[in-house]
Amino acid sequence: MLKTRLIPCMLFNGFNLIKTIEFTNIRNLGNPTQMARVYNSRHADELIFIDMKATEDHRPPLYDVVENIVKECFMPLTIGGGIRSLEDIERFLKIGADKVALNTIVLQNPEFLKQAAEKYGRQCLVVSLDVKKVDNEYSVFTDRGRTNTGITALNWAKQVENLGAGELFLNSIDRDGQMGGYDCTLVSQISGGVSIPVIACGGAGKVQDIIDVIQIGHASAAALSSMFHYSGHTFNTIKQRMSEAGIPVRLI
Amino acid sequence: MTTSNVVIIDYGMGNVGSVQNAVASLGYPVKISCDASDIESASHIILPGVGAFGDGMNNLHNFGLVDILYQAVVVKKIPFLGICLGMQLLADKGYEFGEHAGLGWVHGEVKKLIAPNLPLPHVGWDDIVVEHPEQNILFAQLPDTNFYFLHSFHFNGVESSLITSTCEYGQKFVASFRQENIFAVQFHPEKSQVSGLHVLKNFFQYA
Repeated sequence: MLKTRLIPCMLFNGFNLIKTIEFTNIRNLGNPTQMARVYNSRHADELIFIDMKATEDHRPPLYDVVENIVKECFMPLTIGGGIRSLEDIERFLKIGADKVALNTIVLQNPEFLKQAAEKYGRQCLVVSLDVKKVDNEYSVFTDRGRTNTGITALNWAKQVENLGAGELFLNSIDRDGQMGGYDCTLVSQISGGVSIPVIACGGAGKVQDIIDVIQIGHASAAALSSMFHYSGHTFNTIKQRMSEAGIPVRLI
Repeated sequence: MTTSNVVIIDYGMGNVGSVQNAVASLGYPVKISCDASDIESASHIILPGVGAFGDGMNNLHNFGLVDILYQAVVVKKIPFLGICLGMQLLADKGYEFGEHAGLGWVHGEVKKLIAPNLPLPHVGWDDIVVEHPEQNILFAQLPDTNFYFLHSFHFNGVESSLITSTCEYGQKFVASFRQENIFAVQFHPEKSQVSGLHVLKNFFQYA
């Protein structure tokens, strides 16, 4: 039986790992290579690494940083941030990333996603959606959560699924860093509208939040960041509780 | 005692870096190559792969690897491990984005998983059921049966005596098979932490 995944998410600013609240209020968390080593030793199911500064710096994720992270990970790794060309995708897959997360480039040129899917297969393409609630509607934002695209999250999710997304990395800007729970309404709306896996991110604060986003939000995976740094929980303590709640998980 | 010399085939289909990391972490000398002399002198050959079937076959042809691999693996019988796409390319045919001829080393066809009401690709940690455990080299003393899968297609029609493990996602499918010196796994051992590294270690101990 397919196990529900618990995925730590590392946000990078070009120098350090950072954490954010509602995509701002940046705080430093340390070195990505060391953090990756810890996550691997604790048997994290996967790892997501997003270089948040890459797009605005007009560059893909830093190659040697990714290379160092890859050496620590014997679990799947998704790399994102500023990826804009097929060559970028190829470079990261070649050095050991399993999947790439695409965001801005798909909004600017949806056809790119189709080309990437035909060349590399949709299973290595994750499309990130940064979503905020505006006037009671879930809208897709770009430019690190600063600009409303005017597209609804559900419409965009369906479009990118058709174009070739293998998975969706769904970020709630409103819940980011708040540790007040995922937005299960958003997650279940998106999960219900597509047939590809949805990785929910933004808001995990306690174990029940994770259980809820799986059982109520119907996410295939729960991504989290703050909770690993600011609570006493480890993957195993969280997964033990998930298992007791009836969610199939990998327990080592 | 044979000196190990692992060659990972580079045919432009991604993922070679992570396979190399995994093999190196187990302490085996490993090289990424598409060179005939490296392949012919390897103690073990790994064909990884992430991507579409058609592109995979085109690249094997364009890199001039089809005959070299046939000689090394089918004729000379060098131990071979196909991973994910590297397993699927062994088939007679694949049906991803159209119909494509495969290497045809192991009879069967690569078809889309039938998984109604389930998201595709089949992505994540899933557990395998080991067949013929007493003869099964790769899964001897396996610490955990969960492996990482990432695929929408599967190898259909493998002769049952060759099947070494199965998995279920919408339908039962072949998770691994063995035909003499040819081993193949649908999951990613290089991404399956303890279980995956254990499978690789068992493969390298087969000579």
